[in-house]
Amino acid sequence: MRYSVLSLLKEAFNGNKGWKPAWRDPEPQAEYDVIIVGGGGHGLATAYYLAREFGINRVAVLEKGWIGSGNVGRNTTIIRSNYLLDGNQPFYEQSLKLWEGLEQDFNYNAMVSQRGIINLYHSDPQRDAFVRRANSMRLSGADAEILNQNTIREMCPFLDFDNARFPIQGGLIQRRGGTVRHDAVAWGYARGADQRGVDILQNCEVTDFIIENGVCSGVETNRGSIRANKVGVAVAGSSGRVMAQAGMRLPIETHVLQAFVSEGLKPVLPGVITFGAGHFYVSQSDKGGLVFGGDIDGYNSYAQRGNLPVVEDVCESGMAIMPMIGRSKLLRMWGGVMDMSMDGSPIIDKTPIDGLYLNAGWCYGGFKATPASGWCFAHLLAKDEPHKTATKYRLDRFKRGAMVDERGAGAQPNLH
Amino acid sequence: MIINHPLLGPRDATEFSYLGDASLMHRPEWQSDDAENQFYEYQYLRDNKAGIHRELWYHEQGDRSWLVVTRNTLTHEISSVELASDVARREGRSR
Ligand SMILES: Cc1cc2nc3c(=O)[nH]c(=O)nc-3n(C[C@H](O)[C@H](O)[C@H](O)COP(=O)(O)OP(=O)(O)OC[C@H]3O[C@@H](n4cnc5c(N)ncnc54)[C@H](O)[C@@H]3O)c2cc1C
Repeated sequence: MRYSVLSLLKEAFNGNKGWKPAWRDPEPQAEYDVIIVGGGGHGLATAYYLAREFGINRVAVLEKGWIGSGNVGRNTTIIRSNYLLDGNQPFYEQSLKLWEGLEQDFNYNAMVSQRGIINLYHSDPQRDAFVRRANSMRLSGADAEILNQNTIREMCPFLDFDNARFPIQGGLIQRRGGTVRHDAVAWGYARGADQRGVDILQNCEVTDFIIENGVCSGVETNRGSIRANKVGVAVAGSSGRVMAQAGMRLPIETHVLQAFVSEGLKPVLPGVITFGAGHFYVSQSDKGGLVFGGDIDGYNSYAQRGNLPVVEDVCESGMAIMPMIGRSKLLRMWGGVMDMSMDGSPIIDKTPIDGLYLNAGWCYGGFKATPASGWCFAHLLAKDEPHKTATKYRLDRFKRGAMVDERGAGAQPNLH
Repeated sequence: MIINHPLLGPRDATEFSYLGDASLMHRPEWQSDDAENQFYEYQYLRDNKAGIHRELWYHEQGDRSWLVVTRNTLTHEISSVELASDVARREGRSR
């Protein structure tokens, strides 16, 4: 069924009895052209673009729980393309362009809201770095503006401009950045892929790969073995665990990141705001809750929950730029486990095992990448060569010394 | 998390900084034939275990000792804490 104003009206008069499930719940087939492991945003987007862009629709997405149970349903929903490096900026700009057309494309309301993102700067050197970043963004066709303190005062009068340690001097704004309803992204891609023949298999955990003579020809699951010509793995925080089944060690550590939501408030924030002198980012959801987060906890974890020291740190950072936040009550908080790569950038590549492909290393910025990641991974799976915006995301780049090190901080699994 | 320091007793994890997998104690031999590959694996690749994980913590705001903490990455439960120097000697290092 196509969703439209007409279908909405029809169902309103019909007591909403005619809505159908948005995707089927099929039994696994014995064989597919392509299997995608992981029903998060990236896996579902890959399946969608495989079917819609590249005409490959004998595809299954295998998800161990329910789709959207991983990070795609746990993130703070910020989208942006304010990157510096050549290897990153065009990719994230492609992603932002895809977000802009996404809802029409897959006929689903994902609440893409380009309310803008402001990165605050607090010192002269930081301003210079942001000016450079803004220039780099414009080179790839993205929008970027440097705002002075007065303009920001008008937009966000509640910020602590004269903070003794970190006075706010100005900010970098990307007006096309914003937020998206995260689970609707998973559902929209799932529905779009399903309509094009993709089987979405939930409660289907991959427990092993079928590898003979260095060629992967399928997977073992708790619902039986399933064969395929190509297997693409997009399991985010579980990448290390899943690829170990194929005998691979990755340049990735799994860490936990927490997110926080306050009670619902009247509209107070004009868009997304990030602190330049600590780690804190905040936006306001359409329901009114302030949605915010900060750093990862900092130790390996698969627990999907964090500890109190980071809660304190995040709340302190919030108080440092936005003292009014202390008046609102925290409603809920949770954690998600992320695939922290050694340079803070992702991997979209073939593996040394024929027929086995990897999409991983998204750290805590992979939600904004969902459309482009799906598109580029589908391109790689369909054509066996990287898409032009994803040529730097190679698995062997660490060995070659060709890191995509956006922070410029060297090898550590705690970037972005 | 509370780390039970072998010398100082229970200490809050915020006093420590975290380095990662305890195998990082064993730096490859720089003169070996495949040193380049060994250093690549040492520097970048990780087992990244879900479950029991041996890892290095540094008591930065305490006695500045390095500890090997054995912790379950699925539950955060800590099952043993040893001085890294003891572990290194036991595993064949001279210091
Ligand atoms: C708290 C938090 C805040 C974040 N904030 C932002 C943000 O503001 N902006 C941004 O851009 N990014 C953000 N991120 C990062 C972003 O959410 C992730 O990078 C991205 O969602 C990862 O891709 P995914 O959606 O495919 O992952 P997931 O949704 O985690 O999908 C992976 C799926 O694989 C499944 N799986 C695992 N093992 C198996 C197996 N053996 N067999 C079958 N299936 C398996 C899992 O169940 C899971 O559903 C945040 C992350 C967290 C945790």
